[in-house]
Amino acid sequence: MSRELRSTKSAVRRQHAGRALTYSFLAAVAIIYLFPFLIAIATSFKTEPNATANPLSLAPSPPTTSAFHQLYKDQDFLLWVKNSLIVTLSVTFLRVFLDSLAGYALARLRFRGRGAAFATIVAVMAVPGVVLLIPKFLMIRQLGIYNTYWGMIIPLLVDAAGVFIMKNFFESIPTSVEESARIDGAGIFRIYWSIVLPMARPALITIFILAFQGSWNELAHFIISAQSTSLNTLTKGVAQLASGQLGVGNRYPLKLAASTLMTIPVAVLFFIFQRRIMNVAAGALKE
Amino acid sequence: MERLAIRPWRRLREPGIRGHQAAAGWLFLAPVIIILGLFLVLPILMAAWVSFSDWSGNGSPLGSHAHYVGLDNYRHLLTTPGLDQNNFGTSIRNNLYYVILVVPIQTAVALFLAVLVNRRVKGVGFFRTAFYFPSVTSSVAITILFLFLFSPAGAINKLLSFVGVKGPAWLYDPRGLFHVILGGFGVHQPGSLTGGTFLGVSYWDWVSGPSVAMCVFIIMAVFTTSGTFMLLFLAALQNVDESVNEAAGLDGATEWRKFRYITVPMIRPTIFTVLTLGVIGTWQIFDQIYVGTQGSPLGTTLTPAFLSFNASFNSAEWGVGAAVAFILFAIIVFFTVVTRLATRDSGRLPRRRRFGPLRTGAIR
Repeated sequence: MSRELRSTKSAVRRQHAGRALTYSFLAAVAIIYLFPFLIAIATSFKTEPNATANPLSLAPSPPTTSAFHQLYKDQDFLLWVKNSLIVTLSVTFLRVFLDSLAGYALARLRFRGRGAAFATIVAVMAVPGVVLLIPKFLMIRQLGIYNTYWGMIIPLLVDAAGVFIMKNFFESIPTSVEESARIDGAGIFRIYWSIVLPMARPALITIFILAFQGSWNELAHFIISAQSTSLNTLTKGVAQLASGQLGVGNRYPLKLAASTLMTIPVAVLFFIFQRRIMNVAAGALKE
Repeated sequence: MERLAIRPWRRLREPGIRGHQAAAGWLFLAPVIIILGLFLVLPILMAAWVSFSDWSGNGSPLGSHAHYVGLDNYRHLLTTPGLDQNNFGTSIRNNLYYVILVVPIQTAVALFLAVLVNRRVKGVGFFRTAFYFPSVTSSVAITILFLFLFSPAGAINKLLSFVGVKGPAWLYDPRGLFHVILGGFGVHQPGSLTGGTFLGVSYWDWVSGPSVAMCVFIIMAVFTTSGTFMLLFLAALQNVDESVNEAAGLDGATEWRKFRYITVPMIRPTIFTVLTLGVIGTWQIFDQIYVGTQGSPLGTTLTPAFLSFNASFNSAEWGVGAAVAFILFAIIVFFTVVTRLATRDSGRLPRRRRFGPLRTGAIR
């Protein structure tokens, strides 16, 4: 009661002022975070002289789609898209499958060595990825899968963090359904495939998002696993475009058009699963 | 019905079902174990061998093309004066300044953003999305964007010119930030710092600070990772018990004091997590350097990760490259342990809360 009494005019005014302050901070930061992306989109529709002369302007004058035409005509852009799709989709679907398979075994099946297997997987998670570039290259070459899709895809198929997330999820759901299925005589793989997996949809979507985003944006692994330009993914092709290995001049409209296009699939995924992604990111990092 | 109810119990006691589960268990785990073994454990052993060899990239490192050279590669990096040592020392200096600046700044910015988007105001979801968006885009796209924004006649320098500042050439400017500041006070290479060197880099160059070019990568790192860490902080803030804050408010505590003395201690575990993840991540910067500068200007954006790649793939010094990778690994482990130790006992909450409040952490 006493609080209501105290909320006099001045308190209300203070609250309004606080809210206005919050909004002005939010708006200022939002401009800083979003303006660069608007510049990228605008610049990809500019001519090169216009992009150089007016780097801040959001209105291309004259507007042109020539950067996109060039990407299509002079660069292997469609090839890069194709390679990115092949690798990303293979990695994403297989990783969802393999991670959930392993997670299920670690959470539910009882067998000797399970604890040790889990400990190994956790230890592996701790090795920083960038340290593994040269080791992975050596192995890929040794196995004779350098410069092939196999070399680009297989090492990315498993991630220990995904196994961890799946294991945690399976442990959080009740065993009763599986038990009654076992009573009905269903085999272990049947139970996993037609009973457990459908229940695990939220966790599967989590792995799907992480795997898609991770492999679509991956660069370093593709640099070390293939050399042939016919195996360039979007990240690698666009990176070479940027570092001038495939051309001369600054050609910013072209590069920014490529960057904008390659951001679209991840952006679409992001907006579809917005809420979930935000929870996933907070969840995945701390595991 | 009765038959069905009894069977599972009998089944479970039979050795058969155990054997069944063991076979299935290993079968289910097999792909993961084989791939991790083949592309993680074995490669590390192979690279360890290469780091003790003179392999130059011809044939297989396991064949007759590679010879054991002992600790030579490590010596070239750590103790023998020369180009390798100079490059390595420079890369460590560059990356060290990058870590020292990025980690605290991104943590502070992320916490600030989290506090902002934790307010119960309309449209806050839009702002959370906006701040997180840079985190989901690819490092390649973001680097290209920053190359454009920070080009000598680019958007940033245009903005600076509006307030009468003539911006630097950014990615083309190798001057160290601290050198520039010291130069402003009239200090130019004092004699006391020119004599000695450490890891092939003179003391004066050690105190250079990050180069102006490196500052672009520092700003980029804060821009792209603060959104991710904001979400971690947001999840933690939403677990802070509001009643304590309200009680303090009734006792007349200001917003700042409430934040400093109630909120910060309660989210301390998350602060540690963010610092640790930050340290691990910042020592691994590679993509941005590869796309952006490849180490230029004058090696001031060279990092150990890029040096390791460059020594192997471009200079055919595979032993040196592998040795850099292992030293980098050791550095990351060392810094992670130091961060953990430095923050271990300062948490006043029970240990289990370190993970407790996050586990349920769905963001409202």
